[in-house]
Amino acid sequence: MREIEGRSRGWWALFALAAALLAAMLGAWHLMETRGHIVSGMDNQVVWGLPHVFAVFLILAASGVLNVASVASAFGKHFYKPLAPLSGWLAIVLLAGGLAVLGLDLGRSDRLIVAMTHFNFKSIFAWNMFLYSGFFAIVALYLWTLLDRSVGRHATLAGRAAFVWRLVLTTGTGSIFGFLIARDAYASALLAPTFIVLSIAYGMAIYLLALIGACAGTGRPLGREVIGRIGGLLGWFVLAALYFVAVFHLTNLYLAKQAGVERFLLLDGGVYTRLFWVGQVLLGSVLPLVILWSPATRGRRGAAALAASLVVLGGLAQMYVTVIGAQAWPLDLFPGYEAHSSFFDGVLHPYAPSLPEAALALGGIAIALLGALLGVKFLRLLPASLADEALDPGDGAH
Amino acid sequence: MNGRRAFLGAAAALGGVAVAPGLLLFEPARAEGVSSEVRWGMLVDTTRCVEGCTACVSACNKENGLSGGTRPTDSQWIRKIELREKTIGRTLSLPVMCQHCAEPPCVDVCPTGASFKRADGIVLVDRHICIGCRYCMMACPYKARSFVHQPLTDQKPDVPRGQGCVESCTLCVQRVDRGAQPACVEACKAEGREALLFGDLNDPQSAIARRMREAGAKQIRADLQLDTGVRYQGI
Repeated sequence: MREIEGRSRGWWALFALAAALLAAMLGAWHLMETRGHIVSGMDNQVVWGLPHVFAVFLILAASGVLNVASVASAFGKHFYKPLAPLSGWLAIVLLAGGLAVLGLDLGRSDRLIVAMTHFNFKSIFAWNMFLYSGFFAIVALYLWTLLDRSVGRHATLAGRAAFVWRLVLTTGTGSIFGFLIARDAYASALLAPTFIVLSIAYGMAIYLLALIGACAGTGRPLGREVIGRIGGLLGWFVLAALYFVAVFHLTNLYLAKQAGVERFLLLDGGVYTRLFWVGQVLLGSVLPLVILWSPATRGRRGAAALAASLVVLGGLAQMYVTVIGAQAWPLDLFPGYEAHSSFFDGVLHPYAPSLPEAALALGGIAIALLGALLGVKFLRLLPASLADEALDPGDGAH
Repeated sequence: MNGRRAFLGAAAALGGVAVAPGLLLFEPARAEGVSSEVRWGMLVDTTRCVEGCTACVSACNKENGLSGGTRPTDSQWIRKIELREKTIGRTLSLPVMCQHCAEPPCVDVCPTGASFKRADGIVLVDRHICIGCRYCMMACPYKARSFVHQPLTDQKPDVPRGQGCVESCTLCVQRVDRGAQPACVEACKAEGREALLFGDLNDPQSAIARRMREAGAKQIRADLQLDTGVRYQGI
């Protein structure tokens, strides 16, 4: 293992970009604190907007990015062992980014301490606060076992604990939506397992991007087999995610009362329908699958980076549809009746994110990116070489 | 020594004087003095409610210091909904506000416990521990809650509100606690409609309980089994 040379031009460019985005985030937060959420595109109809799209995406990705480490430690695949520390570190910084967005979007973000001292244990949100802080602690301990040889013998145990914890954490994230009985697009127990599968796909994609980026930036060799294996796994998770999403929509279509919202999202929902079919399904799933699995492109850096980027964009599209599309559909208080009122009953709710809101949302990515950059520079997250022959091929073959 | 003791005593007394009014002023309308023997509720007789009449809405805005604006970001604690049955074309007009559920989803999901239900069934938001996460707004099946999107001015002293917090109909708790009726109920009566009836659902002799027994009453989204405190006739 060795640190990255902090002099690389690419490193500094990314660092400057992330710092600028972070500054924009803080500016947007200040604006929202002083002038109120009126400066955002959110309103009393669409109460969670772009910040939540990015925050939920990042929180899912944080859990999923740990997958590489889980494969190494919890399932004992030696091939992935040198890849594990980066996986653990990314999990921490992605979660930090996601939570920062959630925290700064609060109507009273100055009361964060209240959220940490007053708990309603019937609230899945309150459980999640423990799941998040526990995740930080367990993954930090796990990282310690990976980076410090004197405690290295505990890596398997810590890795298993982290594996279980992240499954519970993502169950919690999915349940934030799954427990919402009021809204037709949610209220499904399927959301929790679906979110787990989505998280692994998003996390693997981000891991692949970070690995390719870090190796390119530092001149480390990165073997075709390494990319091929991680890419191949990513493909399976993208496929699994697609399957869960299909089952989710099919079960909803079976229920007459959900038919309206399903028709809206899948058929005539405008931006949401396009984001679903073009963003999530075509560009975010089918195309990456073709790239990752076709023999001509398998294991190629550029192709893998493109595929992983598409999975990330598809994931953001999916979160947009899941978080905002579901709110754009009006609540049906009186089934069988057409309703209208001064409070926008019975009509589709338009939504367009504002610039400060986008800055707040992108700030989450900036925090994760800053953390990742500092991590690869100051911590020994990557081995000197990730060439195929430097890794133990023994048990990793599929 | 004596001087020091006297100084400390004076400082403590001064501190107490400085803090006490704040504590008194900001003590939220919690369950003290409220009995679970009472369950406040409201009965809406939709046959007496007419399209175009918004007396209840205006009275609510005035009583609670709401702007009365109807932009997507404005607070609306009570609204009139006009309904038209899709097949037979029957029309209805009725007010919808917080339904004061016995099993309120907003209270279940609130991470800090800011959304709470008083012993007498009134569902409120404690503005001091609401962090503005809006999860309650995602959870409410009645779209009853509003988020304060802008700084507020000219607030009513007995109706605490705040930028960045969520709010909704309180059944005019400030009036109920002094023995009066909610503003919307009085306004409807003043209009000569009497479409709104407020009272104790737990008291079999109360007017509301008697009317519900005689004419029946329905809950909006009864399928969710939230046991709402606001009931409707004619839907």
